[in-house]
Amino acid sequence: MDGLEGMDEIVQEFLVESHENLDQLDRDLVALEAEPGSRDLLSSIFRTIHTIKGTSGFLAFSKLESLTHVGENLLSRLRDGELPMTAATTDALLRMVDDVRSLLSRIEQDGTEGAVDVSGAVALVEACLNGSAVTAAPAEPAPVAEPVAEEAPKPAAKRRTRKPAAPRAPKAAAAPAEPVTAPAPTVVAPPVAPTSVEAEHHPEPGTENPARRTAADSTIRVDVDQLDLLMRLVGELVLTRNQLIQRASAEHDMDLLRMTQRLNLVTSELQEGVMKTRMQPIDHVWSKLPRVVRDLSSMLGKQISLEMHGKETELDRTLLEAIKDPLTHIVRNSVDHGIETPEARRAAGKPETGLLRLRAFHEGGRVVVEILDDGAGIDPAKIGAKAVERGIITSAQLAAMPEREVLMLIFKAGFSTAEKVTNVSGRGVGMDVVRTNIEKIGGTVDLSSVPGQGSTFRLTIPLTLAIVPALTVECAGERYAVPQISLLEVVSVDASRGTTAIEQVSGAPVYRLRGRLLPLVDLADVLGLEGKRRDGLLNIAVLQSEGRTFGLILDRVLNSEEIVVKPLSSRLKGIGVYSGATILGDGSVALILDIQALAAGALSSEGAKRAAAVEQHTAAVVEAEKLLVAQVAGGRRVAIPLDMVTRLEEFPTDKVQHVGSREVVEYRNEILPLVRLSQHLGSFDDGTGERLPMIVSSRGGRSVALVVDRIIDIVEEGVHARSDVDDIGLLGSALIQQQVVELLDVRQAILAADPHFPLDPILPGDPAAAYDPAAAAAEAFSLEGISL
Amino acid sequence: MTQLATFTLADHLFGVEVSRVQEVLRYQPSTKVHLAPAAIGGMMNLRGQVVTSVDLRRRLELPGAAEGSEPMNVVVRVDGEVVSLLVDAIGDVVTVSDELFETPPETLSARERALITGAYKLENRLLLALDIDRAVDVG
Repeated sequence: MDGLEGMDEIVQEFLVESHENLDQLDRDLVALEAEPGSRDLLSSIFRTIHTIKGTSGFLAFSKLESLTHVGENLLSRLRDGELPMTAATTDALLRMVDDVRSLLSRIEQDGTEGAVDVSGAVALVEACLNGSAVTAAPAEPAPVAEPVAEEAPKPAAKRRTRKPAAPRAPKAAAAPAEPVTAPAPTVVAPPVAPTSVEAEHHPEPGTENPARRTAADSTIRVDVDQLDLLMRLVGELVLTRNQLIQRASAEHDMDLLRMTQRLNLVTSELQEGVMKTRMQPIDHVWSKLPRVVRDLSSMLGKQISLEMHGKETELDRTLLEAIKDPLTHIVRNSVDHGIETPEARRAAGKPETGLLRLRAFHEGGRVVVEILDDGAGIDPAKIGAKAVERGIITSAQLAAMPEREVLMLIFKAGFSTAEKVTNVSGRGVGMDVVRTNIEKIGGTVDLSSVPGQGSTFRLTIPLTLAIVPALTVECAGERYAVPQISLLEVVSVDASRGTTAIEQVSGAPVYRLRGRLLPLVDLADVLGLEGKRRDGLLNIAVLQSEGRTFGLILDRVLNSEEIVVKPLSSRLKGIGVYSGATILGDGSVALILDIQALAAGALSSEGAKRAAAVEQHTAAVVEAEKLLVAQVAGGRRVAIPLDMVTRLEEFPTDKVQHVGSREVVEYRNEILPLVRLSQHLGSFDDGTGERLPMIVSSRGGRSVALVVDRIIDIVEEGVHARSDVDDIGLLGSALIQQQVVELLDVRQAILAADPHFPLDPILPGDPAAAYDPAAAAAEAFSLEGISL
Repeated sequence: MTQLATFTLADHLFGVEVSRVQEVLRYQPSTKVHLAPAAIGGMMNLRGQVVTSVDLRRRLELPGAAEGSEPMNVVVRVDGEVVSLLVDAIGDVVTVSDELFETPPETLSARERALITGAYKLENRLLLALDIDRAVDVG
């Protein structure tokens, strides 16, 4: 058993498979005796031996390969009727099988072929092939090998008697009688435990098993339907558990709570376990790609080397099935459009052989599959021009689009950049189908490209579809589930602002989210619901689909829970707003919203015009930036662009420690350097409160905290700044909500706390850019005559 | 001879083949499916299975049921899927002779005639044989 642990996984798999094959082989061989000429049986045996041969060659088990090689020759001739099936050939075949088995046992023991001698079996089979054995056949089946040796096929027979002796030298005497008479079960025994032959010899069938169980019996094959059924049942269990937990937490019964906790744990583990049984390595899908790439590249006259990393990465079998076509399409596309011809590559100073690299790995509970090529890359300018030409977007929209989004245009319907339509791509099935199929299973597609250096497609796929995390929401008294995968955040606007927070741009409702205009979709409108709950409080689920972000207006956000996805009845598939149904904790049914469809329906049906209006407007208003206003010593108010704010925290004053001249606090196992804004801005009032409110800014893994006296508000408006301040650490002042607020030079403040904080460099002649990250944020501070 | 599970809708007595019926249930709370065809009653939780129901009154264009009345469910199998038929009340299983069978009577509405295969003339009333497949095909 120990030998197994260190054994290479491939060898392990090979052994399992081969043992199964051998069992089949034994049955076939026995059946063959009853039906000597059966082509079917011979073909089946041939295939089995062929499989073993192929793999053994690959794994460099040379004895196994040479033995199966001759066996395969003999079988192919038998199958094709070139040689008659005689007792001698049967013997030779059985002998071969026995030796194969010995070799496999040996390999299983220590990973090598050891001292197993196969020359006897090889010679026997060769004799059959040469026809010499055929004539001697009638004499062959004699149980004792010695007399046979005197006849014509002398070398063959002799060697045959010698062979079994080799692996178990201690007791050679017992060997000669075995091989011919009782083929299958007996000969396997010797390699198992050569040391205790005495004991082993009699209970042979028994000793055979322990050795084999290590590989062949440690896995079983299970009907996929059975697994699906198990998954369904686990789904029910998860639901029941959810219901029980809900009920138990209302009961205040400690014992019941404890029990449900246990049930909760066990269910989670069971769920995980059952999900694992449905997992298959991505290699199942990848294994076809080398052939695809080879055929395609030779057809196109390209040289491509295909690398695959992370073949063993596992995901649910239904998902594997679903990504097969999109993946193949992307690979074909990369071969066809990505990688250049050898001439073009030489001209570009690249190696003639192009590289196509597939990488699969787990990341944050999801599977990422990357398809990278070192080809010509994708030129955003070309994509943009084509998209405008095809009428997918307007040139105004294009001008306002970041480069990344321009690239993503290739996933739009009706887009194909192939300059000539080849029979490879450009058959009308485009990247839009790839994206649709990936998003259908809750995945995302991303694309990055450097012209001249290649492109990378990145598919992010959930591990499983059956049970997904979701947010339950309420709209007009009905509950719906929103898959977490599409959810970016939930924004709640309180009653005082709720009624005014929604603005109209060309008749389309929008909400300003951190300076960007978020197109809104009202779920109640989409569903045609009456009697909306509108007490001013506004809940917006910020969702993402097809690279676009939009807000869904809801009445209430209820809960975050794992839901079991149930397919919709065929009677409801046409509606297009729901992607499935689920049963909630209280046993009622809730529909799962199809975010993709909602986005498509609500954002595009009213035409590109409206979207364009929204986007253009976005460009116009971005300078209305959100600012965080805080109070520092002396009642002074300072404003900080919200973009620079990662979190707001509060620490007890006594948590502050000194490192050299700096002040720090320990936070999430990190040292967080502080800067007291009051001091930074020239006040000496220390802020003697017991707790220190802080504005934390993080970037590139570093964080700093700006200590203030009080956080006042977040305001969002075009700032009319004035240049009358020429003070340390400030950029100017502004009138915000009838109050004078000083605009903090955040850059300087942050650097005072951590000189190595990764800020973007100041662009010469553009004081505003000093801010970053968003140039938009800086625009708010774009002041005239301010000296930094 | 044919065995039919019977139920009433408005004042009509309907029957469906017993072999197609999985079970009959009292009123079950269900979730409305907005934007669905009008004849879709909703979706309900049948022992962990989500089952869509078809409101037969609406499907047959019969007047709506009285306020507050709770429909019962005749759960039938259609193409490997389970669908519930919402009916007023559930009746007995009756065995009818094929000799009593006649084509749909003219007195029925066009919609009703389209969804029934015919009528069995029982002693005191007509038993309308519902065509399940067409009835649930609300497309």
